[in-house]
Amino acid sequence: MDGATQTHPELSEIFNKDEERVDWHDETLWWIRQKRDKSAHSIPEWEQLRETASQIKNNVLSDLSAYLVSFEEKALANGIIVHWAADAAEHNRIVHGILKENGIQQMVKSKSMLTEECHLNEYLEQQGLDVIDSDLGERIVQLAKEPPSHIVLPCIHKKKEEIGDLFHIHLGVPAGTSDPQILTETARQHLRETFLTRRAALTGVNFAIAETGEFVVCTNEGNADMGAHLADVHIASMGIEKIIPERRHLGVFLRLLTRSATGQPITTYSSHFKKPRPGQQMHIVIVDNGRTIQMGREDFRNSLKCIRCGACMNTCPVYRRSGGHSYHNAISGPIGAILAPNLDMKKYADLPFASTLCGSCSNVCPVKIDIHQQLYKWRQVIVKEGYADSTKKIGMQLMTFTLSSPAVYRTAGKAGRWFLKHVPFAVNNKFNPWYKQRDMPEAPAESFGEWYKKNVKKS
Amino acid sequence: MSRDKILAALRQNQPEKVALPTTLSFERDVNLNLAEKFKAMAEGIGSKVYMVAGFGEIGPVIGMDFPSEKRIVSTVPELVSAAIPAFVLDADPHTYEDVDVAIFKPRIAVAENSALWITEDRMGVRALPFITQHIVMLVDIALLVPDMHAAYEKIGSADYGFSTFIAGPSKTADIEQSLVLGAHGPRSMTIFMYS
Ligand code: SF4
Repeated sequence: MDGATQTHPELSEIFNKDEERVDWHDETLWWIRQKRDKSAHSIPEWEQLRETASQIKNNVLSDLSAYLVSFEEKALANGIIVHWAADAAEHNRIVHGILKENGIQQMVKSKSMLTEECHLNEYLEQQGLDVIDSDLGERIVQLAKEPPSHIVLPCIHKKKEEIGDLFHIHLGVPAGTSDPQILTETARQHLRETFLTRRAALTGVNFAIAETGEFVVCTNEGNADMGAHLADVHIASMGIEKIIPERRHLGVFLRLLTRSATGQPITTYSSHFKKPRPGQQMHIVIVDNGRTIQMGREDFRNSLKCIRCGACMNTCPVYRRSGGHSYHNAISGPIGAILAPNLDMKKYADLPFASTLCGSCSNVCPVKIDIHQQLYKWRQVIVKEGYADSTKKIGMQLMTFTLSSPAVYRTAGKAGRWFLKHVPFAVNNKFNPWYKQRDMPEAPAESFGEWYKKNVKKS
Repeated sequence: MSRDKILAALRQNQPEKVALPTTLSFERDVNLNLAEKFKAMAEGIGSKVYMVAGFGEIGPVIGMDFPSEKRIVSTVPELVSAAIPAFVLDADPHTYEDVDVAIFKPRIAVAENSALWITEDRMGVRALPFITQHIVMLVDIALLVPDMHAAYEKIGSADYGFSTFIAGPSKTADIEQSLVLGAHGPRSMTIFMYS
């Protein structure tokens, strides 16, 4: 998606061409959102947990330099090699350097949105190295030569038949296979071979503990552990904001993370890596890539509290009906729309407008980021800096999602009805144009466009 | 150097210091039956749970549940028998790739999510709980704690090289959100609870 000049409205128009798929995408994510609600409501202290997590993260941001120094000191004492990267290019060079030094040509990688952000795979491939993604969803989009469309559910946009076709071409399953059980088993066999033969494994980091120098990696599949414990060299890439002060704070974050993400009480594996195993090399690459600049933007620094649970995407009416790829950025959805303009305001000037500002994202965020307010503030900044014009074709007011393109407009009535049905909690704030619609009479069962298509076109 | 540049930029840009929350105490249902809650959560995520009176009952059940599995290893000395060989250390973790069933004794069991805390010294080798096709956990009900906060209180500042919480068999729902057990780690988890 990198280098794409198309904007969110244009890309969502493409996504919206297949209405049935849009509905399916929308309903799937809404179902996950409902699982999150059920899970959150089963914990009476949920709001207290969110508040505590938010306070811990506020403290982290206010003292991050000291926490990073402490984390580094402890990690070094634990026998871990620590690297620092100012930007994506330096991160990629460091990883390449480690592999070269060890004479390694092939690496297995578990989920790491940071390496997506840095475009590590492309870089290593250009250097003639081979990287295999081991998370099933990531492997699927890798075979499809696409980026992930969601930070937690990388191939949420793909139908099982399409995955079957990919596995037919690349992994030799019979044509027409679409049973998730068979497809997963096929990937298991194929990747087991990969785990057993790779000497280097790269993992992401969910939490890095300043107090102890250990880091925690959460997966359901067990792929991070399979890679790391079988490899001679383990590289863990982390953004500077992954720090939490003390080990006991994990209790708060591990309770929130997966319940917010998918409604599960916890991931299958929450692995605490503290020291390399005897004979193994363990590296940590600590990456800035624009985060220190975001820290300096008072209005947007809170976005660095994000624990990448994906809840704001699952609940977002725009994300659900436009798909992750329409954000043309590694991190999509509401949080992606806050993080991306920090990296390149011109290129991502469209993203803060990809929102109804309904506030649903802020309501579900486990670390209480004021997401919709930041999106609103970005709009002001982008207009003031003169970047709103970079999408000349569409005037300012028309840049917002539903009115942005004919195809989306066609379904706007439908989206509105759907919105009334599914977002009863929409917050009443001055930013929220959708809220006004709640004063409207009962939503009709069909929009005029649909009625017309069904009744007039036929005859 | 990037390190110093990053730290300097942070010192410049980070906001005024705000304090950490002083306590991490949360409401807790004191009447909760921990063993029941644990069992319900474990079964809910696809684990098989047996309540047994003593260690003697476990071996025969394993024999019955895994009749044709060839390589079984136990890291728990009390459970070693003619049918269940003891774990033998090999420095190369790849040699465990054909293990069908591996048996462990975790240190903490968390009722709210059925996660089992197991430190490296109880794993044999780090790869074993992941590479085995099926995993068996022996859980003394005295190890039960209500939630993750209590678990970390118990862990305290313990030292380990590697440790993990494991909750159920490995799984994925990446294909159209259909849940499939047995992603890259074990295909099943069997838990024996005893007192
Ligand atoms: S912004 Fe909040 S809800 Fe969105 S991914 Fe980050 S932590 Fe989750």
